[in-house]
This record gives sequence, structure tokens and C-alpha cells, in this order.
Amino acid sequence: MVDFLDSQLYQRALVGALLIGFSNGFVSAYVVMNRSPLKLSALSHSLLPGIVLAVWLVGLTAWSAFVGAVSVALLMGLSSVWLAKKTPLDQDTVLAVLYTGCFAGGLAMLNRLQLQQELEGWLFGNILSLSNADLWLSFSVGVLAVVVFSLFRRSILMVLFESEVAKTLGVPVNVIRYGVFALLIMVLMTTFQAVGCILAIGLIVMPGATVRQLTHSVTALFCWSGILGAIGASLGLLMSYWVDLPAGASIVLVQIIFFIIAFIYKILVRYKK
Amino acid sequence: MECCNHNHSGEHELVVKNLSVSYSAQVKAISNLNFSITCGHRLALLGANGAGKSSLIKALVGLIPVNKGLNQGEVLWRGEPLTKSTQEIAYLPQLDKHQTAVPFSVREVVAMGRYPYVGNTRNYSQHDKDEIDQALELMNLQNLAKRQIDELSGGQVQRAFIARAIAQKAHVLILDEPLNGLDVESRRQLIELMHTLSYRGHLVISSHHDLRTVHETFDKALVLNKEQVAFGDVAEVMKQEEVKQCLGIID
Repeated sequence: MVDFLDSQLYQRALVGALLIGFSNGFVSAYVVMNRSPLKLSALSHSLLPGIVLAVWLVGLTAWSAFVGAVSVALLMGLSSVWLAKKTPLDQDTVLAVLYTGCFAGGLAMLNRLQLQQELEGWLFGNILSLSNADLWLSFSVGVLAVVVFSLFRRSILMVLFESEVAKTLGVPVNVIRYGVFALLIMVLMTTFQAVGCILAIGLIVMPGATVRQLTHSVTALFCWSGILGAIGASLGLLMSYWVDLPAGASIVLVQIIFFIIAFIYKILVRYKK
Repeated sequence: MECCNHNHSGEHELVVKNLSVSYSAQVKAISNLNFSITCGHRLALLGANGAGKSSLIKALVGLIPVNKGLNQGEVLWRGEPLTKSTQEIAYLPQLDKHQTAVPFSVREVVAMGRYPYVGNTRNYSQHDKDEIDQALELMNLQNLAKRQIDELSGGQVQRAFIARAIAQKAHVLILDEPLNGLDVESRRQLIELMHTLSYRGHLVISSHHDLRTVHETFDKALVLNKEQVAFGDVAEVMKQEEVKQCLGIID
């Protein structure tokens, strides 16, 4: 433990794990209530070509990656809706087609643009390579997520619960939806750094899925999901150090252990009643 | 808790003028509807599937913009376009439309009705809390206030949604197939509730499929077949031959 904390590399990674884990955990409450994790998974895979293109054109900065990611996400989201209307296919099928195509396109671009050394980082994450700028970005995204969901909590929950009724009551439904969508993209961007685009969905779903089994309170769901996300990411990083496992995989494994513990606890409580 | 007393119910008039709703140049949902109705009534929207009931409901609650794009006509409430007083119109969609993954309590669902008054960031005042409590009491839900909405029966959920409309201080309640999926006792209770609401001065508009219960539930009827077939008192409307043909009633 002392060695771990002595290493500046791991110190920075631990701070990153806490920040990224918290922001992902916090928004996972929304993802779970929205019942959209698989759509988000498709989205996270499809961001790759946008990020790669942005990196190739202007170099890797927080803004270039974000703009590239949002552009592709919007294009994919709108295309899936349009194609689902124009073909006999449902939106899930169209999303599956688009996201695998986008992901394959991203991998091809990484190869063609000779960015192979970036490949493993994008696919599996590299939390040990976080810079101070990355930490500030993660911190800012986390603060933004808490502020947005706290300030607009009422509207966001009403849109989730019954969007048509929310609209008739005066809630700006489309603004809320697009705003939360953009926020989810920003959080996903920070997730890529920790666990990569393949496992990103784990971090942005599992804490909420775990806590939702244990509470009916929306406030508790958001708060405890954030806390669990931070704890899980930190423990996963520690585990990767001790057991010599890839950090991204360790982080997600710890989250699934938490999920299983919550599930067993729920069964035991029900059994005792 | 009165909505509008009988002196004012005549001023609280919903007027639909030349309303047509089209989803595309080829798909016209409803054509040229013209009717008016005041508070204190219960209006049944009748017609086969695809007759335009849902499209009319969506136009009445503002989900389909009237007089925009291919849509034409006017919907006026108290002489003004409906969009100016949306908080006086409450929409109760079909029971399966709400997202059960959101862990709302009954009280939180009813509190949604106060959104037009508190917006997104204002705390609920004592007055808002009183309105919510009164709405829960009126719908006999005060003992269920802390329960999760997805733990309730269909009939109880409908009462929670009506309580939300009351907390909203809505004069007009527009319900989309409210009796679907309810057991016999819940249906009876909801029909009784609709009567109570109209006696208290609310205007209740509801799409309805069961022709056997039209007379006992409603006092006015609007029959649709992508256009207005008939409008008026239920007894008179249901006698008309073209209505019987439209609804498939065999004598």
C-alpha cells in the first residue's frame, strides 16, 4: 500500500479513479432510470471514429475529442431515427448496424492514420497515463454533472417519468433531452480514459444498477451511485496494482462484484421477511 | 374542492374550430372538426381505431401544434388560444405510458402537477404542499402518498394521475383510454370519479371504446371517423343512423 501511494503515477491515477468513478456513477442513476444502457453502449462504441478524426485533424485536446465525439454521436443518433422510419427495421437493429460500422471505421482510421499506438489506450483505457489536464477535465465534468442534475432535477425526472405529460406542463423536453445527452457524452469521454470505449458502459451503468436494487429514493440513487462509482474505481485500481491486472478490467470487475453483493443482500432481506 | 361554480362554467368554454391534423400530405388524421363544450360536462370521444381520437387528444393538450405545418384550425380555451393557458388543461395518457423505472412515490407524482407554478428550481411553498395534500385527500390517496407508484393497482395509479391534475388546478381533464386494463371495480370507481369531477365543475374529455357504458359514463359524445360524424348529447348522438353505422352498432 505504501509503495502504491509513493508512486506519483498511481497517485494521479487514484485521483483520476475517484473523479471519473464519481461522475460516471452519479450519471449512472439517470442511465438506469432511462433504461437506455444498451443504446449508450452503442453510442460509446460509435464515438471512436469521431475522436480519431478530430485527433488527426487538430491534435488531441479535450475540446477536439469532445467535438469529434459529439458530432459522431449526433450523426449516429439522428441517422438511427431516420433509418428506422425509412426502413422496416426497428431502431435497435439500425443502431447495431451503425455502431459496429462506426467502430470498424474507427479502427480502420487508427490503422490508416498510423495511430496504432493509441489503439490500446482508446479500446481498453489507460488510467495510469492521466495528465494534470485530464484530472482537471474529469473534475470539471463531475462538477458539471452534479450541478446540472441538481439544478434541473425536477425537469429531468419528469421527462424520464412521462415526457408527454411533462411537455404539456411546460417542461422544455427537447432542451432537457439534448442537454443531458451532451452531458452523457462528456462523461463518456472521461470514461474512455479510465476503461476504454469497450468497457465504458460498465462504469456508466453498474453503480446505478447496484444502488437501484437497494433504494427507492431518487436522491439516494444519485448520491450513492456516485459514491459507489468512486469507491469501485479506486478499489479496482488498487486491485490492478496488487494482482497485476489491467486497470480498466479491474475497475469494472469490482463494480460487478458490488452488483452481485447487492443482489445477494436483497435476496437475503426478502428471505428474512 | 370546486373547480368552477355554475356561474362561471359557461365562461370556461373549449372551442374547436375547423381543426384538421395531418401527419403528412398523404396521411390526414382528422378533418374539419367543429364543436364547443363548457365545464361541467363529460365528453366521450368515440370511433374505431385510427378514427382520430388520439390525434384530437394530442391537439387539445398541445402535443400536436395546431395551425402549424399541415395542421389547420383553432383550439380556444376561454376565448384564447389553448397555448396561453396550458396549465388549465391536464393530460392523462394511457396507463402504460409512464416509465416505471423512475422510483417516484405517489406524492412525487402528484407534485408534478405544481410544475407550472414552481418551475424547475423554486422550492414548494406551503401553499403548494397544501394543494398536493388536498389533491391526495380528494382522491383518497393520503395513506398511499409514500408508496411507490409502480406498487399501486391500475385504478390507484389513475387516481394518482387525476390527483396530479387537481394539484395542477386544471379545469379540463383529457384522458386517453382511462378504463383500459382496469378491473370491473376499478372501472366503476373511475366512472364515479368522472361524474364527481364534472359535478365539481371540471370538463372531462375521454376517449372511450366500450359502447355499453357510454350512456352511464358520459353526457356528451363526439363521434369521429377521421372527420366529425356527430356531436351532442349522448342519447341523441347514439340514436343517429350514421353513428350506428360508424361504430358498428347493430339494433
